[in-house]
Amino acid sequence: MWDYSEKVKEHFYNPKNAGAVAEANAVGDVGSLSCGDALRLSLKVDPDTDVILDAGFQTFGCGSAIASSSALTEMIKGLTVDEALKISNQDIADFLDGLPPEKMHCSVMGREALQAAVANYRGETLEDDHEEGALVCKCFAIDEVMVRETIRANHLSSVEDVTNYTKAGGGCSSCHEGIERLLVEELAARGEIFVPAGTGAKAAKKKAKAPLVTLETPQTEQTAPAAPRMTTLQRIRRIETVLESIRPTLQRDHGDVELLDVEGKNIYVKLTGACTGCQMASMTLSGIQQRLIEELGEFVKVVPVSSAAHSQMAEV
Amino acid sequence: MNGIYLDNNATTRVDDEVVQAMLPFFTEQFGNPSSMHSFGNQVGMALKKARQSVQRLIGAEYDSEIVFTSCGTEADSTAILSALKAQPERKTLITTVVEHPAILSLCDYLAEDGYTVHKLKVDKKGRLDLDEYAALLDDDVAIVSVMWANNETGTLFPVERMAQMADDAGIMFHTDAVQAVGKVPMNLKDSAIHMLSLSGHKLHAPKGVGVLYLRRGTRFRPLLRGGHQERGRRAGTENAASIVGLGVAAERALAFMAHENTEVRRLRDKLEAGILAAVPYAFVTGDPDNRLPNTANIAFEYIEGEAILLLLNKVGIAASSGSACTSGSLEPSHVMRAMDIPYTAAHGSVRFSLSRYTTEEQIDYVIREVPPIIAQLRKLSPYWSGNGPAEEVGDSFAPVYA
Repeated sequence: MWDYSEKVKEHFYNPKNAGAVAEANAVGDVGSLSCGDALRLSLKVDPDTDVILDAGFQTFGCGSAIASSSALTEMIKGLTVDEALKISNQDIADFLDGLPPEKMHCSVMGREALQAAVANYRGETLEDDHEEGALVCKCFAIDEVMVRETIRANHLSSVEDVTNYTKAGGGCSSCHEGIERLLVEELAARGEIFVPAGTGAKAAKKKAKAPLVTLETPQTEQTAPAAPRMTTLQRIRRIETVLESIRPTLQRDHGDVELLDVEGKNIYVKLTGACTGCQMASMTLSGIQQRLIEELGEFVKVVPVSSAAHSQMAEV
Repeated sequence: MNGIYLDNNATTRVDDEVVQAMLPFFTEQFGNPSSMHSFGNQVGMALKKARQSVQRLIGAEYDSEIVFTSCGTEADSTAILSALKAQPERKTLITTVVEHPAILSLCDYLAEDGYTVHKLKVDKKGRLDLDEYAALLDDDVAIVSVMWANNETGTLFPVERMAQMADDAGIMFHTDAVQAVGKVPMNLKDSAIHMLSLSGHKLHAPKGVGVLYLRRGTRFRPLLRGGHQERGRRAGTENAASIVGLGVAAERALAFMAHENTEVRRLRDKLEAGILAAVPYAFVTGDPDNRLPNTANIAFEYIEGEAILLLLNKVGIAASSGSACTSGSLEPSHVMRAMDIPYTAAHGSVRFSLSRYTTEEQIDYVIREVPPIIAQLRKLSPYWSGNGPAEEVGDSFAPVYA
């Protein structure tokens, strides 16, 4: 049994605005029978003010699809078309006090139906740019299409890369076998062979070695890690390069990261946008830290700093 | 009325007599059956008795042909991997498209490792084409694995005949019979079946115990090696209490075999007829003339299965569905797709599976409760209008995102 919230159950057992709206002047159809989900959203919009006067839905689908449809119609009534378009699928899920990861696509369907209905109202046509695959990572609800596209677009070759770019595999790690399978196929398609990471300490050693391209003999200091000799400027530039490479991933989730300061092994960053207060922020930070450790070949600690704290820091 | 359980193909309630028989094996009868002293010996004797009960239920010739495992899946994996290990020169497997994931996932995994896997197709009623099968039997085939009864539709496969065909061609035959054992009379000693899997919790024994039937003389390589338990064919200290429970469950299943095939069948037929009489655009999937006596799989068109289950659950009825949403995948059940059931119906298929505990009163209640639930959901469906499917479904519903 799915772990549905009370709100989901309430909207499923007693759906609001079920059925087509009379005199609708905006209709959006999404989904298909093959996926087992289909939604028709019909709206009555005041042509003078663009305000949504009435909304109704017809849904072929599971409990959460019906609940998401019901929630959406409740949320958009009384809004203008432009205001309604600002509602994201996450907003729909939040309105329902959350959906299981396997069911997030139900809220996506609601948002898409809304876009389709608005396009219909405005006499525009929408392109279907949406493709959905089987769920790979249950912790972060990442599907196969997303993983494959990210591997292709970024030329990824390890499970760790996939986790850094998509978050898939960053939780319980039980999907790593599935991600490896996708990597094998995608690498084969571009004429490469997938080389799995080693196991345990050996793997860590290998990884730590890889970025160390310096030919200089490392100083045999017992305490310090065998870091290459970089000038402070080189080191900071290196850090900036790494952060730059991570930013597109964060921006895709409407977040961002900014480098504030570097002090010894502490790297101070500021997470902004959707990253602030996100439950996943600590996940993201550890991902960034991991990348920096690999790239710099030394242990560093990534410290998140709020802007207020940062200005204080500067004064000290 | 509360709690009508019609999901007995998923798992069953443990029989009260089974529970009573098991209890001493958690307390005073705690010995290790391998031990020399009397603590162990008594448990050893109890396991022997259980082995003989299972032997009788499936009609095996010797009790030593019964190998206790942890579940049906373990028995399946043991059988298939043993056949490959024992005959390394043979690189092909034959199975069907409608097997349980315990077989299909393993076969897909083996295919990645270079084995050739032939999956026999089924027709719209879920039946196999034996000519297709006969043509595939050659010297490269290590093992044929075909389920006795399908878990979703209850459709029975002619495994005895197929086993004979394999045996004649010198090929090992395994059957996943977890749904059939206890519901279908069996006499394995008169068959050509080499290996068979069964699962305790499908026949009123507890979860966590299964059996691999291994015909004497069948070449075998254990999956788990270690101690000499199960004559070295399945190492690991025996799950004594559960094995004792399975023994009692086997005796009880044999005693209720006639009841299962008369009374349970009558109630199933009544349920099916009652629902179909009241609900339009609904039909039985699988082969109604040749199936388990306890299973009814009904496809309700134009609505989705999970929604049906949630509403059934609300009125205290437990069933299951082949819809995509109940499994978290995007495709409806592979069994429904294999039978070419249209998507409009495959997502709305609901399985009712009865047991000897099902009563007439419960069936009457379900017959009353189902039709309004179906009507309620069809009212919400864009593919339904008034008293029938929306006219020209394809034309009226034009999804932008598909």
